[in-house]
Amino acid sequence: MTVSTGRLLAYIAVMAGVTYLIRMLPITLIKRKINNRFIKSFLFYVPFAVLSAMIIPDILFSTASVWSAAAGLLVAVIMSLIVANLLPVAAAACGAVFIVELIMRIIK
Amino acid sequence: MFSKEITDGKTTMNNKNKYIKGLRDGVPIGLGYLSVSFSFGMLAVNMGLPIWSVVLISMTNLTSAGQFAGIGIIAAGSPMLEMIFAQFIINLRYSLMSVTLSQKTDETMTLPHRLLSSFFITDEIFAVASGQPEDVGCKYMYALGTAPFLGWSLGTLLGAVAGNIMPDSLCSALGIALYAMFVAIVLPPARRSRPLIIVVAVSIALSCLLRYLPLPFKLSGGTVIIICAVAASALGAAVFPVKEDDGV
Repeated sequence: MTVSTGRLLAYIAVMAGVTYLIRMLPITLIKRKINNRFIKSFLFYVPFAVLSAMIIPDILFSTASVWSAAAGLLVAVIMSLIVANLLPVAAAACGAVFIVELIMRIIK
Repeated sequence: MFSKEITDGKTTMNNKNKYIKGLRDGVPIGLGYLSVSFSFGMLAVNMGLPIWSVVLISMTNLTSAGQFAGIGIIAAGSPMLEMIFAQFIINLRYSLMSVTLSQKTDETMTLPHRLLSSFFITDEIFAVASGQPEDVGCKYMYALGTAPFLGWSLGTLLGAVAGNIMPDSLCSALGIALYAMFVAIVLPPARRSRPLIIVVAVSIALSCLLRYLPLPFKLSGGTVIIICAVAASALGAAVFPVKEDDGV
């Protein structure tokens, strides 16, 4: 990474500032309810659309091998349909990646 | 889960009880954050960010998806404007939660307390706060945010430090943790809602198209996420507007 300390601090200040303003402004300024159905619906869908675009395809390159990542993704999908809890899903996906990479090393 | 100490339709809890209840309610969130932020810290250090900056990011942002996108933008040295847009779009959901909480605060939530306590609005803290039977006061919000804040900061530090000394095989396995968590956030609700599945599918399809189509210009990861999120959410809002009583 070639970012200077000054620029790094500027990035962090911008990140923190924008995130804080988004949280702070509505609860401080808006006293009435939002009635616009489109805006309400849009805000409802945003987190899901954001996370989906972040997961695919990046998850496939989050480990040492595309194959172990694919196995981890598969396990994450199956686990999240069985237990909705975040931690077991994450742990199982990590376990799957670890095992697949172990097998790949043995086969090689 | 939520203890109701209500007589005559009015809450009888005094301020000290509210504080202790808030602390207690925050512990499970804090423990969850500890492990998620561990993988965030590890990932960020692996991307080349110094440890102090990674911990500073967690202490000043207190959010998973936004930080996650943020370190990608920093590591790529992308323009500041992209950081602003990415954080705005990714964290826009907090404004909806902030609006919802503004309808659910008691008289202790004065302007200074609104300014301070709104820092703690995350998906999980919002979920617990909005699930309270009574209106939420400033003491409860501060107490509720304490364990998650400590867990998030400490986990980041541990991940950032351990990421350097852990064996590669373990780093590789933990690298998928955050993504797996996102899967666990998206899939269960999407499974129960056809509009959500369609919005998710559109966003994924767009994400793949924008990254793998031979475009005449290069889009950075942050920009791709913004385009996907805005397009898929706008489509969802236009075709499947949520009913008045759900969606929050």
